[in-house]
Amino acid sequence: MRNNWFCLQKRSSSRLRWFVVACIALGLNCFGCQETNSNRICLVSSLPRTGVSRQVSDEVVRGIRLAIEEVRARVGRFTLEYRDLDNSASVSGQWTSEGEAANARLAVQDPDVMAYIGTLNSGAARVSMPILNYADLLMVSPANTAVGLTKPGLGIPGEPDVYQPSGRLNYMRVVPADDLQGPLAADWAFGRGVRRVFVIDDAGIYGQGVASLFADRCREKGMEVLAHVSIDPQAAEFKSFVGSVMSADPDLVYFGGSARTKGGQLARDLVSAESEAILLVSDGCRTKAFLDAAGATSLEGRCFATSAGLSPQQSDCSEIMFLKRYQQKYGTCPSNAAIHGYEAARLAIRAIADVGRKDRRAIVESAFASRVDDGVLGAWSIDENGDTTLQEVSVSVVRNGTFEHEEVVPAAGIGKKNVSR
Amino acid sequence: MDVASFLQQCGIGITSGVFLGLMAVGYTLVYGTVGLIHFAHGDVVMLGGCLALAILSFLVPLPVAPVTGCLAVILAALCSGLFCGCLNVCIDRFVYRPLRDAPPLSPLVSAIGVSFVLMNVGLVWIGPTDRAFPEIFLASTRSVGGISFLMADLLVLAISVPPLLCLYILLRQTRFGRSLRSIAAITRATARSGEAGKLIGTTFFISGFLGGVASVAAGIHATTINYQMGHQMGLYALTAAVLGGIGSVPGAIVGGLVVGLLRAISVAVLGPRWAMASVFLVLIVFLAFRPQGIYGKSKTRAGQR
Repeated sequence: MRNNWFCLQKRSSSRLRWFVVACIALGLNCFGCQETNSNRICLVSSLPRTGVSRQVSDEVVRGIRLAIEEVRARVGRFTLEYRDLDNSASVSGQWTSEGEAANARLAVQDPDVMAYIGTLNSGAARVSMPILNYADLLMVSPANTAVGLTKPGLGIPGEPDVYQPSGRLNYMRVVPADDLQGPLAADWAFGRGVRRVFVIDDAGIYGQGVASLFADRCREKGMEVLAHVSIDPQAAEFKSFVGSVMSADPDLVYFGGSARTKGGQLARDLVSAESEAILLVSDGCRTKAFLDAAGATSLEGRCFATSAGLSPQQSDCSEIMFLKRYQQKYGTCPSNAAIHGYEAARLAIRAIADVGRKDRRAIVESAFASRVDDGVLGAWSIDENGDTTLQEVSVSVVRNGTFEHEEVVPAAGIGKKNVSR
Repeated sequence: MDVASFLQQCGIGITSGVFLGLMAVGYTLVYGTVGLIHFAHGDVVMLGGCLALAILSFLVPLPVAPVTGCLAVILAALCSGLFCGCLNVCIDRFVYRPLRDAPPLSPLVSAIGVSFVLMNVGLVWIGPTDRAFPEIFLASTRSVGGISFLMADLLVLAISVPPLLCLYILLRQTRFGRSLRSIAAITRATARSGEAGKLIGTTFFISGFLGGVASVAAGIHATTINYQMGHQMGLYALTAAVLGGIGSVPGAIVGGLVVGLLRAISVAVLGPRWAMASVFLVLIVFLAFRPQGIYGKSKTRAGQR
């Protein structure tokens, strides 16, 4: 009797176990993009959807959605679907390695996914690039600027080969890298008569990279680099540190980092210490979050930001179709992030359309061969490393509570930085 | 670093040390009463900062007259203190009290859980970005003997010191204070009694109230708040409480000042990136020689008594 009871229990628990497994499998099929559909192509993006970077991600996503709407969500015989994946955690308020790796695996495992738009942060790209590379999945970044992701000899040893374990390229970006932004920012500062600079970075891959390139170029130009210091991006304030900056008496303070890594707080503390120096920040700070944290009124006319590529404010919003449609839909001119999101999605969609079938390798090759003549910021293409051929940096200044376009700095004189593989 | 710069850094360190001390007293009071590290305290303080921001944004349209600004700050500190006190009492009532008889790790894990929940509440409340505090006195600096300081820093001292004096009087002159000081920690057996329950509830309230005031002081000092501020502030304040001798109120205040000074000086000397590491290095070395902290009683001495 006892044996029978035991057998019954065992059988029912085994059934229960199989039932749970079946439910999980069914659930994955229902909610994921796992089911193969011959008429469907999936485009995914992986961006931080919580935390400080969310505002920028929202703009990138708007750009992507407009690019998809432009083709009425159809590419040839395929229906185009878009999945907006989140690579951040609300507790940390920023992207996480786990989140980014999970998104990359999800995209790779879904046979309908033909392009991966992301990431926003160069550090996140380092996580997903090898995973996507194995699967030959096209990866287009609207925002990564770390030089090592594409350019041999300019990043840390082993870059960018470590991100391409298959030996084939699948990664490209539509924004110029930091080897352009950092040095051109230094050229701009030199042109304004700046001779003494204090360089600060956020100790991150992006911030440290762009600040180092800025400092190197300053030395090349004969400017005095008083110090190059990394801050703790978790610190609540920088009052003690600002004292050191003030005592060095710089003409210009450069910050390589973003609003997420306390750029706004640093700017605020510099202003409250009554620093007379010009503040120049990298494109990670060219956001509303930065101005909100720093207090836009106190930065009026004295805080400048560089951003890779031409500024959308150079164009009349009513002239270019994308800008017009963006303004109609969202009531404002698009930011650089929205434009780069749009361009990234459009590049992917064109490559898929040119190939006309679900062939990941062919789509990557098609994207590398694309030439965009009607780009929002001018004509451009992708070079053999996966970089955009756009070679300008825009400088904006804080005016009327927002960043307004000031001037374009051309890449003359720093072409040697663009190393080909 | 010249003498003037050193004194300047000391001024910044004392200002931040005072509100870290206020927070540290919160940790030490709770630990001294129920023997629990209230990990969610930093996030309670963060929510107090959110409330203060809402009040100040409503009351202080810019530009603001100094007197109006001061009154608004005092009102915000009182409201924030009451809010954090009540929140702390609720946390004790619904999270910690059911776990009085549980193994020691259970309330600890619950405290960490509450901390994450509160952080998410803060995220929903003020959003993911740094939010600027109204700039009361921001542009006003004074210079004494070559050392310049912000008027806002004086305001930080002005709202932080009175609650500490009140606490001193409460602990020294009242029956509640005497009964609180008479016990090192409420034992499990007595924790469920009515008297002990009131004592614990009051302790949580005072701890939260001081945290609420600290949140306003921190907001004025840093000029911004964000939903993650509680994490690092809480870590520094807990360090201050341990350094001062956990369970000792004067120790927590002194610990706060020491941590504030250490942090300010190490930022100026070593750079901001190494500030936290250097503060904790000093803590490690100090505790190796004096595990009970500055004012704490060693186990052998406590045992002899």
